[in-house]
Amino acid sequence: MTEPLLFELTSPGRVGCRLPAVDVPEAALPGDLLREDLPLPELSEREVVQHFTRLSQLNFSVDTGFYPLGSCTMKYNPKMHEDVARYPGFTQIHPRQDESTVQGALQLMCELQGYLGEITGLPAVSLQPVAGAHGELTGMLIIRAYHLERGDEDRNTVLVPDSAHGTNPATAAMCGYRVVTVPSDRRGNIDAQELDRLMDESVAGLMLTNPNTLGLFEEHILEVAEIVHGAGGLIYCDGANMNALLGISKPGELGTDVLHLNLHKTFSTPHGGGGPGGGATAVTEELGPFLPLPVVARRETKEAGAGRLEYYLDYDRPSSIGPVSGFFGNFGVMVKAYAYLRSLGESGLREVSEDAVLNANYVLHRLKEYYDLPYDRFCLHECVFSGTVQAKLGVHTIDIAKRLIDLGFHPPTVYFPLIVDEALMIEPTETESVETLDAFVAAMRQIAREAEEEPQVVRSAPESTPVGRLDEVAAAREPNLRWMG
Amino acid sequence: MEPTDRKYTKDHEWAKLDEALAVMGITDYAQEQLGDIVYVELPQPGDAVELAQSFGIIESVKAASDLLAPIDGEVVAINEELVDRPELVNEDPYEGGWMVKVQPDDEAQLAGLMTAEQYSAHLKTLE
Repeated sequence: MTEPLLFELTSPGRVGCRLPAVDVPEAALPGDLLREDLPLPELSEREVVQHFTRLSQLNFSVDTGFYPLGSCTMKYNPKMHEDVARYPGFTQIHPRQDESTVQGALQLMCELQGYLGEITGLPAVSLQPVAGAHGELTGMLIIRAYHLERGDEDRNTVLVPDSAHGTNPATAAMCGYRVVTVPSDRRGNIDAQELDRLMDESVAGLMLTNPNTLGLFEEHILEVAEIVHGAGGLIYCDGANMNALLGISKPGELGTDVLHLNLHKTFSTPHGGGGPGGGATAVTEELGPFLPLPVVARRETKEAGAGRLEYYLDYDRPSSIGPVSGFFGNFGVMVKAYAYLRSLGESGLREVSEDAVLNANYVLHRLKEYYDLPYDRFCLHECVFSGTVQAKLGVHTIDIAKRLIDLGFHPPTVYFPLIVDEALMIEPTETESVETLDAFVAAMRQIAREAEEEPQVVRSAPESTPVGRLDEVAAAREPNLRWMG
Repeated sequence: MEPTDRKYTKDHEWAKLDEALAVMGITDYAQEQLGDIVYVELPQPGDAVELAQSFGIIESVKAASDLLAPIDGEVVAINEELVDRPELVNEDPYEGGWMVKVQPDDEAQLAGLMTAEQYSAHLKTLE
């Protein structure tokens, strides 16, 4: 690596900050809690700042370049949101404060619940889940609670299409369900005939992604909903791909019962690096009572001179699945998503999806003569190519991805969905200019040509990065997680 | 051409009768598709395996997949060597990379699987 570890930069005795003199009586720590050595790095503030700034400059980010990572919606995060989220009224409050002193924060949460309910057509919303897969878990626990409350205790199976995100079957299994895979048909839709055959009274529900991970709208969605509901099951929709539908199509009107949203994808809050996310979960009116505790609600004040509204945390929900995270979820993320919605408005939100879909189709049509397109139809917010033509020349999708880094782009999602061989899943998002898309297309065409004429250039990429190909196999077979030995 | 001394499934597992036991593993095509294998999770001796149901998990740098049983039966032995050397599945899928030995419930089930010739033809349809 080009940047040493803090442990390697250490200089014994150096300090980053000096504490003020003690102005309270000193007390000794219990002897059994004391230790002789504490091998932490010792550095000055300047050295630490330099270290982390240099590391940040080695990173590829949405702020430095085009990041078409399929299914992740790596759109630009407007900087205004950061300003708004830093308002003291939002940062200097505590979850244990009296409700009457945090009315603004509660109003924001209540209105955000309302907006997300309107966008999805699923009016009951919890903002509590802190990530997409967490929203999935919340959603599936709600489905489970719904069946159990009805005394319907024999439903032990969840159906999942073969194109699903891996988190879907994992979530179903975590909720104690048996997972059965439903195949896709030739046009990339869930196979409705197979679904009909598999659907019976043992099935709690179907986990569907729409548009699916091929970037395709499920053409038989209404028939699918009829089949599942007909046998008493519910439909969970993975909202990871909502960036295609904003203001155009409401999952709730297409038969979805439960849906999670990724605020950090669709609603432009920062994403990745393991930072805080938001997995807001929206359900039908009927499933509302099962949402996690508490939900933010609004009522008329009891004080004299009524007619004024107040916001409060509603804990009186006996059917609730209970809290799914500490307090109320990642509040700062909610502020940013709220700012996004308010600054775009209804028409702006629709334009987001229209442009996202237009950009993906632009890339699809400009690359389809260069890369195999296994499902050749209009796509929605992302397109999925196969690198099989290049693979026959000895250049695999992994090589194409690495070569893109040399040409200045973050690679697309690779080898997913699993039903496409050598998959390359490209999601440009709406925030990219036509110049950026053209530059990306030119890079992909250049790689296709290199695969034919000078495959070694692609196979040995990347050359421009601080490190080349890492030994992923050794890292997985013999993980060494300590910095020293 | 695949070894002719065993039978195959369309999901790329193989089963071979060795005395009264059925030895199972994955095919050369399967290991090629998966890429470098980093982990194999196998059942315990005494566990039941069920036709077309998962009897273990195989993980490569690209993906994790279920191992699907070609027949019904009871596990008698597993290939312990794969714990430390999962790369054996890449290097030698038909011999050193075997996964489990099973006491078949019904040997006749093997007859219903694909021959090497049929499996090779099946692979051609996937190209």
